[in-house]
Amino acid sequence: MSDIFIAVGALVVLSLIFGAVLGFAAIRFKVEGNPLVEQIDALLPQTQCGQCSYPGCSPYAEAIANGEEGINKCPPGGESTIQAIADLLGVEPEPLDAEHGTEKESAMVAVIREDECIGCTKCIQACPVDAILGAAKQMHTVIESECTGCDLCLDPCPVDCIDMLPINGGLPAWHWDKPGQIIATDATNNANEGKAA
Amino acid sequence: MNTSFQLHDFVGGIHPTDNKVQSTNTPISFAGIPSKLILPLTQHIGTQSKPLVSPGDTVLKGQLIAEAQGFISANLHAPTSGTISAIEARPVAHQSGLSDICIEITPDNNDTWVERTRITDYKKCDATQLINAIQAAGITGMGGAGFPSHVKVSADPAQINTLIINAAECEPYITSDDMLIQERAQDVISGIHVLAHILEPKNILIGIEDNKPKAADALIEAIEKDADTPDIQVVIIPTKYPSGGEKQLIQILTGKEVPAGGLPSELGIVCHNLGTAYAVHNAVIKGEPLISRITTITGNACAQPQNYEVLIGTPVEHLLNISNTDIEKTSRLVMGGPMMGFTLDQIQTPIIKASNCIIAATKQELPDPAMEQACIRCGMCTEVCPAQLLPQQLYWFSKSSNLEQAEAHNIADCIECGACSYVCPSNIPLVQYYRFAKGEIKQTNEDKKKSDRAKIRFETRLARQEREQAEKDAKRAARAEAAAKKQAEKKAAAAANPEGAVEKKIPTADLQLLQKKFDATKAAVAKSKDKIAALEASESPDTDKIELLKGALEKAQTKMKDAAKAMAEAKKAEKATSTANADKGDPNSPERLKNKLELAQSRLTTAQTRLDEAKAENSDKVAALETAVANQKQRVQDALKALDESIQQTNQQNTTEIKVDTEALKQKVLAAQTRVDKASERLNMAKEQNLETVGALQTGLEKQQAKLDEAKATLASATLEDAK
Ligand code: SF4
Ligand code: SF4
Ligand code: SF4
Ligand code: SF4
Repeated sequence: MSDIFIAVGALVVLSLIFGAVLGFAAIRFKVEGNPLVEQIDALLPQTQCGQCSYPGCSPYAEAIANGEEGINKCPPGGESTIQAIADLLGVEPEPLDAEHGTEKESAMVAVIREDECIGCTKCIQACPVDAILGAAKQMHTVIESECTGCDLCLDPCPVDCIDMLPINGGLPAWHWDKPGQIIATDATNNANEGKAA
Repeated sequence: MNTSFQLHDFVGGIHPTDNKVQSTNTPISFAGIPSKLILPLTQHIGTQSKPLVSPGDTVLKGQLIAEAQGFISANLHAPTSGTISAIEARPVAHQSGLSDICIEITPDNNDTWVERTRITDYKKCDATQLINAIQAAGITGMGGAGFPSHVKVSADPAQINTLIINAAECEPYITSDDMLIQERAQDVISGIHVLAHILEPKNILIGIEDNKPKAADALIEAIEKDADTPDIQVVIIPTKYPSGGEKQLIQILTGKEVPAGGLPSELGIVCHNLGTAYAVHNAVIKGEPLISRITTITGNACAQPQNYEVLIGTPVEHLLNISNTDIEKTSRLVMGGPMMGFTLDQIQTPIIKASNCIIAATKQELPDPAMEQACIRCGMCTEVCPAQLLPQQLYWFSKSSNLEQAEAHNIADCIECGACSYVCPSNIPLVQYYRFAKGEIKQTNEDKKKSDRAKIRFETRLARQEREQAEKDAKRAARAEAAAKKQAEKKAAAAANPEGAVEKKIPTADLQLLQKKFDATKAAVAKSKDKIAALEASESPDTDKIELLKGALEKAQTKMKDAAKAMAEAKKAEKATSTANADKGDPNSPERLKNKLELAQSRLTTAQTRLDEAKAENSDKVAALETAVANQKQRVQDALKALDESIQQTNQQNTTEIKVDTEALKQKVLAAQTRVDKASERLNMAKEQNLETVGALQTGLEKQQAKLDEAKATLASATLEDAK
């Protein structure tokens, strides 16, 4: 009979010890915030353009994490971002939702035609990343390296003096393309398919 | 000297046909001054240099024309004297075939030198002085990459124990270092001495492949001739591509491997190209900046393959012409070697500091790459890779753009030697895939950096906006509180003072405002009227304008009318309130009764005068008027009686009031007295000067006197009553 008590006692002691260890670990190694939201946010392009219908990238990341929103609503990120999020969440990638816009060919940057700027400061208020410099009734300009190309400054400008131009980094930004040549077996495969069709 | 040396080996490597003999049979000759020199501002790794000249300027040979921007950048000098004819974008010697900013010089063919400052005895100089001289001369690595040399020699001498001079020249076709040594070994050794003086290494090794016996002999001879030579060792290494790779040469000579992503200086080693040593000699000993180099012109399309001393900026076209190259036969024009060089699209592309070779190849010599086949996983690429990578794995990852995996397989350590492509039986352009992947990785990293910055900026902005909103809210709350307090105070005041002082004020303010508005509209109307008049009076009246102005005038007029109306209403309202307020007072107060009496009296007087008039005219109204006068008299009597009664009443009620009254009366008397005094004074003055006003003043004085008497009388009666 006393064996049972010893066994029960030992188990009780053990459970208390492990409970204490786990409880300590839960407090000591607590993860701040929602790690999934942060991981998704890290994959988004941070253009902060709102095309996904959320006020910025992190709210969209949160909506994805909560399962409220599809992963294909971010045009600046495009297919590669969708693929990355799909990999992270282990879901099937979907094609970009055209309702929210299309992926741009190249990265863009806003450029103010400075002699036409009337210094209204409206674009400054619109820019989500404070990439525009200027003061009331003074000429404004875009800090090229900080502009995310979100287009948000275009509409508020009363004199339409802002253009979106493709970024041209010149020689330093140049890099090789993937060799375009199709491999020989691909060529024969294509030919065969062509014949079949 | 080299017999005792323990050689090592690196893994992999290949043995392509070296094709070097063609260009080593003729001595180096000067390529001459071309009709134009094109000098790109970026000939080195690092920041673009800044031009110091503008088009039209004349420059001398060796003059600084573009200045280094920052430490990792290089100076640029004019290779000959002449005029700056343009500073603009031109196709440059770059794999991309893109254009970049260049300075174009039109030579004057005088080749006039700028004043040169040479260091007579470099041994007396300290390292900093010599490094400055190297930096000023704009020397960059002559082997291909073009890394600014002063950066490399700025290593801490305490940590450097070996200086390696790279004379391996392992790539096929290229013989520029070979010929340079054969003809100018003494200068090269002198340059090495200068480098050794700066870096103070324990060992100095020159690595040279065994396919250049003449050059090796020349070096050894030069070292033996040089009396005070520190121990320079010429190490002859077996020919194997790519033994001239920095990391590979270090491994052959020392057996040490440079860690992935690390620098040779971590092993205590500095490695310089042989051409760089020669440039250092020119800069320090002769005081000449880097303005020319030795370049090999070769290839089967070239009739006289040889090495030339070429001014930097010479268009490739000029070299092809002097070496009698058949441009028709040239199927590919390569700058650099056949393994690591790149194809030039344009023959105007200039020679830059790092251009060691031009190959004008025929179709048979460098055929178009064969059709790429599928990888058969033969593993030959892995065998030859000098960096001990897994080329076929890298190929798969690069092809599928799996950049993470490519990075994990150390694609960054690939030296792009092309050995893997050379051996691949499936003709896969492996290096092209790696270059693409490396570019993508760089781009992705930069994008990531940018997006991280954007995120921080976005969040900072949100935080700022929140803070501003909070501040605004706080201010608004404070203002609302203050307003509520004021309101409460006002209410309290209103409660204490039930006469409605508050309400009374408002209409007056309104009235003032309306008055202002009215005045403004009036002014506007006047103005537009003037304008219309002026326009109509002018010689060519602009009818449209007049119409417009008339419309405006009408509008202004209606506005004015509205304003007047509003004002009248406001005035009425004010009167109503004031009478209402007055009515609230006691209708039987002595003042009011007095007013009434006075009114009645004045009416009586008018009635009386009218009656008199009527009587004088014998009008039939006389009778009616007489009754009216009688009525009026009765009213005056009534008023008088009421007043008397009321005065008596108030007297009984409050004696102090009378006291105040007497005080006021006394004051009145005094005031009247002074007025009388003043009037009499004036009268006297007028009399003295015999003025016309004397009569008027006389009557004025009399009136004042009467008033004074009256005041005195009332005062007397008041004090009398007071005494009662
Ligand atoms: S569409 Fe994409 S880039 Fe634009 S705010 Fe939404 S998540 Fe950010
Ligand atoms: S400058 Fe215009 S396009 Fe660029 S980030 Fe700001 S709002 Fe967007
Ligand atoms: S190109 Fe790169 S992967 Fe290929 S052999 Fe050379 S170092 Fe190795
Ligand atoms: S040499 Fe070519 S075929 Fe052979 S494993 Fe390497 S990539 Fe594949």
